[in-house]
Amino acid sequence: MSLIISLGVVLVLAILYMVFRIGNLVGLVKGKKDDSTNSWNDINAYLMMIFMIGGLGAFFWYSFAHFDSYDLPVASEHGVITDNLFWITMAITVIAFVIIFIVMVWFTFAYRYKEGRKAEFFADHHKLEIIWTVVPAIVLALLIFSGLRSWNDITSPASKDAVVIELIGQQFMWTARYPGVKDNQLGNHNYKMIDASNEFGLDLSDINSSDDFKSLELHLPKGKEIQLKIRAKDVLHSVFLPHFRLKMDAVPGMRTTFKFVATKSTADMRAETGNPKFNYEMACTEICGKGHFSMKFPVFVHDTMEDYENWMASQESWLKQNPEYLQRVPEKLREAAMIKAGIPPVTNDAIAVTPVTVTLN
Amino acid sequence: MATVDLHTHTETHAHTEHEHEEHHHGNFWTNYVFSEDHKVIAKQFLITGMAWALIGGVLSVMFRLQLGFPDSDLSWLRPLIGGWLTPEGKIDPEFYLALVTMHGTIMVFFVLTAGLSGTFSNFLIPLQIGARDMASGFMNMLSYWFFFLSSVIMFTSLFISTGPASGGWVIYPPLSALPQAMQGSGLGMTLWLVAMALFIVSSLLGGINYITTVINLRTKGMSFTKLPLTIWAFFFTAIIGVLSFPVLFAAALLLIFDRSFGTSFYLSDIYIGGEALPNQGGSPILFQHLFWFLGHPEVYIVLLPALGITSEIIATNSRKPIFGYKAMVGSMLFIAILSFVVWAHHMFVTGMNPFLGSIFTLLTLIIAVPSAVKIFNYVTTLWKGNIIFTPAMLFSIGLVSFFLTGGITGIFLGNSAIDIQLHDTYFVVAHFHLVMGSASFFGMVAGVYHWFPKMFGRMLDDRLGYIHFWLTIVGVYLVFFPMHYIGIAGFPRRYYSWTNFETFSGFADLNMLVSIAAIITLVAQLLFVFNFIYSIFRGRVASANPWNSNTLEWTTPRSPGHGNWPGEIPTVYRWPYDYSKPGAKDDFIPQHIPYSETPESNFPHENELVKLEMDNGSAIIVEDKKH
Repeated sequence: MSLIISLGVVLVLAILYMVFRIGNLVGLVKGKKDDSTNSWNDINAYLMMIFMIGGLGAFFWYSFAHFDSYDLPVASEHGVITDNLFWITMAITVIAFVIIFIVMVWFTFAYRYKEGRKAEFFADHHKLEIIWTVVPAIVLALLIFSGLRSWNDITSPASKDAVVIELIGQQFMWTARYPGVKDNQLGNHNYKMIDASNEFGLDLSDINSSDDFKSLELHLPKGKEIQLKIRAKDVLHSVFLPHFRLKMDAVPGMRTTFKFVATKSTADMRAETGNPKFNYEMACTEICGKGHFSMKFPVFVHDTMEDYENWMASQESWLKQNPEYLQRVPEKLREAAMIKAGIPPVTNDAIAVTPVTVTLN
Repeated sequence: MATVDLHTHTETHAHTEHEHEEHHHGNFWTNYVFSEDHKVIAKQFLITGMAWALIGGVLSVMFRLQLGFPDSDLSWLRPLIGGWLTPEGKIDPEFYLALVTMHGTIMVFFVLTAGLSGTFSNFLIPLQIGARDMASGFMNMLSYWFFFLSSVIMFTSLFISTGPASGGWVIYPPLSALPQAMQGSGLGMTLWLVAMALFIVSSLLGGINYITTVINLRTKGMSFTKLPLTIWAFFFTAIIGVLSFPVLFAAALLLIFDRSFGTSFYLSDIYIGGEALPNQGGSPILFQHLFWFLGHPEVYIVLLPALGITSEIIATNSRKPIFGYKAMVGSMLFIAILSFVVWAHHMFVTGMNPFLGSIFTLLTLIIAVPSAVKIFNYVTTLWKGNIIFTPAMLFSIGLVSFFLTGGITGIFLGNSAIDIQLHDTYFVVAHFHLVMGSASFFGMVAGVYHWFPKMFGRMLDDRLGYIHFWLTIVGVYLVFFPMHYIGIAGFPRRYYSWTNFETFSGFADLNMLVSIAAIITLVAQLLFVFNFIYSIFRGRVASANPWNSNTLEWTTPRSPGHGNWPGEIPTVYRWPYDYSKPGAKDDFIPQHIPYSETPESNFPHENELVKLEMDNGSAIIVEDKKH
């Protein structure tokens, strides 16, 4: 079967080749090379115009008609600013693009070859050159400075009372660690303490770690500054929250941060988009291996700070879920840790007498 | 090829400091394989580059099939990729990444660096500056054969059972350093690193040769201010390459140490595959700095030769001097310098200090100024020209349009605040494929159409060239323009599929369009391949100067032999852009015509120069005459 197909393909190619060859020979015999050059020159010039008009037409048509399909609603304070910058830049560049494109194609059309005409010997013009060096420089300077002002605001340190959440990337999933309601401080961690259960590498000798809790969803308060502390366990990952215009790499061995304020809760967004099933999502944007494309992390934005705090309070601390790790808490801190972790004292004895079965590797 | 041996000249001229063999009847091996002739080496680079371009194109079509038709059954690819298909006939997600990685590596390095610079720097530098050959023919030969060896290793890596390198063409560690992280980071990555090390050696051997040749072997009268813009472009490119490739070599070497000898240059605090690695204190960001210290100049290594080639072609086919020659040289110089201080704009959101981000935003956007100047100069060159649409000219105009379309999106991406959202989305893919990929590719194709007559003594078929051009430019725009929308919508790069995400659930239609356009564009290239092979043997016989061009290579015979000029190397009297000079009989005056022969068209200051030209036409000894 495939033999027949390949034979067929070869045959078709051979026929095309013959047609081409005969066409060439006929052309040679007729020997009217100059005429055909001229007519092809006109054809190409017209095609250039059609290409320009068609291309620009399609560009503007799609950009306006399908605006909603590519314009992602924005849900953060700094996102509004960067979106503005984006659209200002878009306006300036599109104007420049359209003018230059039209002028260029018009020149190719208007000055296409005509026999007997001589091109203008126009080698330089200093005034013109200075103008088109200085004008783009000024426009770019304006764009740079507005951009840098926003960049400096966005990357400035988070305020002291910002809500702190840790995001951890690994092949191929995200986890979030919250500092807990008791102390609002993330406990220390050490990658050498990571094991099958202690996936954060929580350093239990730090009392702050005892009320930290894990979440497989990113819960955020609306209208409150949030500081994401980001790290990775194995390879590079990147936190991408498209609706919040937020992106920051997760780097093994180095903490990165990003601060922002969410301005629309999930409920707000459902109303705005008219999609009752709308959910924010977080993705990975740094190639991290086979499952790169599947690193989805659900995001939920609470309507009020109160809601958010209620949700926080409803979560069990990691230590409570893994009480066997109490053993790792230094003796003198154990009681305080149990209180913070929300472990009822009754289990204290049980823990004390139960031999630890957790292996340390 | 039946080359006429044109070495019957007399040894009287003064300009033969460098030896060129009188006799050149070597055997097949010395003539076509281990040749030290720059023209043969150029053809070797070109043909290898074209083969790589087809491989790179096929790889891209394979992953576009996955992206455009995610539900289709690709079992028919089984003879080609066999075990990399899942039982349902889908491309394996890890192999998808391998395809993306190899496509990038091949296109950036093997096609647009070696294939473009290797071909045209080799071919044009001696011919356009008036030299018999490169400064070192032997190094030049080594340059090709190191490239060939590198190609063989990279090609081999496509067929190993664990697959080729798969961590993206930027090979960021730790992903590329840890075989536990993905299959491709095992043997595939080792082969990638070995191949790239050889590639760098090749590139340095070539680059040093190009620089030396341009500085030392220019013919009489060929001052730097009379160099064609092609040569300026190749010269800057070679300097950028010589300065930046060693840094990639260092980056690769440290990565090899991390992979094989347990060092921790890039590795720290890693828990993978159920164990905590002992490495501490390294930084993945260090690798990114080193990589992009080459990586960004690399963009200009790829682009500048293409810009040089099109400057020449646009001037010739507009029958006009290139507008603002000095500004063109100046902007290339400025771009070349700036290209070394913008690298970290690839790293705004990698956790690099945000203050650095500000500095790099500033420097990056400055680079837009010389780029804008170049575009304005191209457009002005067209103004009031007498434009002949040869296929080379069409591709050159195509290049300018890509440089414009792709260049302006750089203004978004270079601005750190805007880049937060756009980084690593399809917007970036659209940007660099237009401004660097397609623009440089068009420059390369334009160069082939333009210099084919000098390379092979025959013409490429014009009509096939026109069809090739129109299919390709429309195809390329249909591939990359829609990606802007997909990118603005936030779709991340290097995704095997987006269906996991509600946010990225749209654009199945655009993705399908892109894939179809990619297939058509690739098929259109086969027309070119056919035209190329057919015309080498059966093309219309070319005249010595088919485009009525001014530069020196067109003063050589139809098929220049070893040593390029049968007699004396011509002396250069004027710049290469005397097209349509007022008063002149023809619409071009080649560089080797002295002003004394063109009194009717000389400008007043040129009449002054006539006095300096000695009647035997051999030398202009300006200083001596003045005293």
